[in-house]
Amino acid sequence: MTDVLNVRDLNVSFALHESEVHAVRELGFDLRQGETLAVVGESGSGKSQSFLAIMGLLAKNGRATGSARMGDVELVGMAPGKLDAYRGKDIAMIFQDPMTSLNPSLKVKTQLAEVLVKHQGYSLDKAIKESIAMLDRVGIPAPERRANAYPHELSGGMRQRVMIAMALLCRPKILIADEPTTALDVTVQAQMLDLFKELTNDFGTALVMITHNLGVVAGLADRMMVMYGGRAVETGTVDELFYDPRHPYTLGLLSSTPNPESRARRLNPISGLPPSLEHLPEGCSFNPRCAFRFDRCLVERPPLEPVGEGQRRKACFYEGPLVAEERSA
Amino acid sequence: MLTYVLRRLASIIPVAFIAVTACFFILRLAPGGPFDQERALPPAILRNLRAAYDLDQPLVIQYFIYIGRLLRGDLGPSMVVQDFTVSQLLALGLPFSLMLGLFAFVIATVAGIAAGTIAAVNQNKWPDYVLVLVVMIGLIIPNFLMGSILQLVFGVYLRWLPAGGWQNGSMAHLVMPVIVLAWPHAARISRLMRGSMIEVLGSNYVRTAKAKGLGERLVLSRHAIKPALIPVVSYLGPGLSYLLTGSLIVEQIFSLPGIGRYFINAALSRDYGLVLGTVILYMAIILVLNLLVDLAYAWLDPKVRYR
Ligand SMILES: Nc1ncnc2c1ncn2[C@@H]1O[C@H](COP(=O)(O)OP(=O)(O)OP(=O)(O)O)[C@@H](O)[C@H]1O
Ligand SMILES: [Mg+2]
Repeated sequence: MTDVLNVRDLNVSFALHESEVHAVRELGFDLRQGETLAVVGESGSGKSQSFLAIMGLLAKNGRATGSARMGDVELVGMAPGKLDAYRGKDIAMIFQDPMTSLNPSLKVKTQLAEVLVKHQGYSLDKAIKESIAMLDRVGIPAPERRANAYPHELSGGMRQRVMIAMALLCRPKILIADEPTTALDVTVQAQMLDLFKELTNDFGTALVMITHNLGVVAGLADRMMVMYGGRAVETGTVDELFYDPRHPYTLGLLSSTPNPESRARRLNPISGLPPSLEHLPEGCSFNPRCAFRFDRCLVERPPLEPVGEGQRRKACFYEGPLVAEERSA
Repeated sequence: MLTYVLRRLASIIPVAFIAVTACFFILRLAPGGPFDQERALPPAILRNLRAAYDLDQPLVIQYFIYIGRLLRGDLGPSMVVQDFTVSQLLALGLPFSLMLGLFAFVIATVAGIAAGTIAAVNQNKWPDYVLVLVVMIGLIIPNFLMGSILQLVFGVYLRWLPAGGWQNGSMAHLVMPVIVLAWPHAARISRLMRGSMIEVLGSNYVRTAKAKGLGERLVLSRHAIKPALIPVVSYLGPGLSYLLTGSLIVEQIFSLPGIGRYFINAALSRDYGLVLGTVILYMAIILVLNLLVDLAYAWLDPKVRYR
């Protein structure tokens, strides 16, 4: 299978008044055509900023270095004007909050059709027709009427469907969804995930699903990447990581999630707090919270290296068995 | 929509009534009267004059006489400018005042919106700092001082523009008055616009628009300007009243033939009828324009629906 996105050594930093915050460090991963990659990690671990950087959407004080190649197009460092030829067409993004992510002063159809006018050169009429068809496709009842509505006239779930329709109009190669269901009711969440699965399948779109929710990962993703303190600490298939986590942090995430399939009986929240990006500990960033740490972890940072054959990787020196119940901390 | 307009128009009536009543009595509280002069008039003539203008009646009766006339659309005679009714005097000055006010209003609004947008897009860069300076000048220097400074510099020393008057009716006579009138108005609008534009540019929906690859121009013109205008439009009503009251003074400074010329004199010479008439006219203009401003809301913010 071919890769649609290759990220190497991606770094994101933000300039503050007198200091700098490194939100993402040396991030590298590949995204294959049509697959679903889940990106998980605690709040502040750099999930959103990694992908905003790839989309060229960092805040003004943010700067990205490294490489994110989509085929032979290098996205990092590309001028916004050039990037606009790819954003919304080949690579699209959906955001967490559907209530504020649509423009309150424009009709739904305007916000959809402009994508097709811009990227496909459609006439406005044709673009609106196509947009209505896409609204139908994402399961919006009475799409003609909804197309003429303003966002505030739609429910949260409906708005997120509009966002999905908007992102998929040009059948992009890559769809990045940043916690797209967090703001929605649980019942709506499940429908929305089915919709993601169905549409990305049909369109052959690779999906990056950023989420806190391991239930979402289990139901949707092929592979996952666990992030901690701005770095990837473990990557592999969902089965590999769920049934045989090799990084203590992955184990911690799994044991802190209610999941009947998981090995842990009771919920074990990870002790300690997420790290402050400004004062990351020496050595492995996770070491203050790790039950398996030893001397080396305190002085040297473990690189993200292959585990056995195949594609899985982890950034941890500890090679013994990880068992949740044995955790001493 | 139509019922909304009618309802709004109806709600204007009590407001207008209260304003007229308040003005009527406040004006009479001021010492002096229209026929006080350096050399007192003979008592017989004064008595006749006062009788002619009903000033010999008790104040409350005068009030009802005035309101009765007003309801028939009659603003009464001027007490100082002989042989003219208030309506005639206002009609003489109104076209010019409207032209001046409209010019200043439109120019200030457009310039303020543009300047605020440019400053927001270049936040904390030099265009932003230039705007802060220009805004400060506009807000700190009162219009009569600004008018005099411009007259001196451009009218007297540099002789680029006429220092005042409206003799041949050329647009050059309007340049300085419009600048003086428009500057503070534009300053306030640009500040509002800058703030709201910065907020909108940081909003989630503008991020969505950028993610769609629309390009900076479309993002700004289609996605950002309309929502950013909402607080600006809410200021246009009050802003207009500032501007109109400013125009009374500016017309006086630049000796322009608008209503302001009569108003200042009327106020000084206690021409009750003319002062009240001017106030009523300006009030009507402001109330109607405020209604238009409210209607502009519906277009900008679809959440506002008129019922
Ligand atoms: N404009 C900014 N200036 C400074 N720091 C920033 C800025 N934007 C983000 N950050 C920092 O970058 C870090 C990573 O943020 P990011 O949004 O990627 O977290 P996340 O993993 O998506 O978390 P969440 O699950 O809460 O969305 C955070 O600690 C945040 O404080
Ligand atoms: Mg996030």
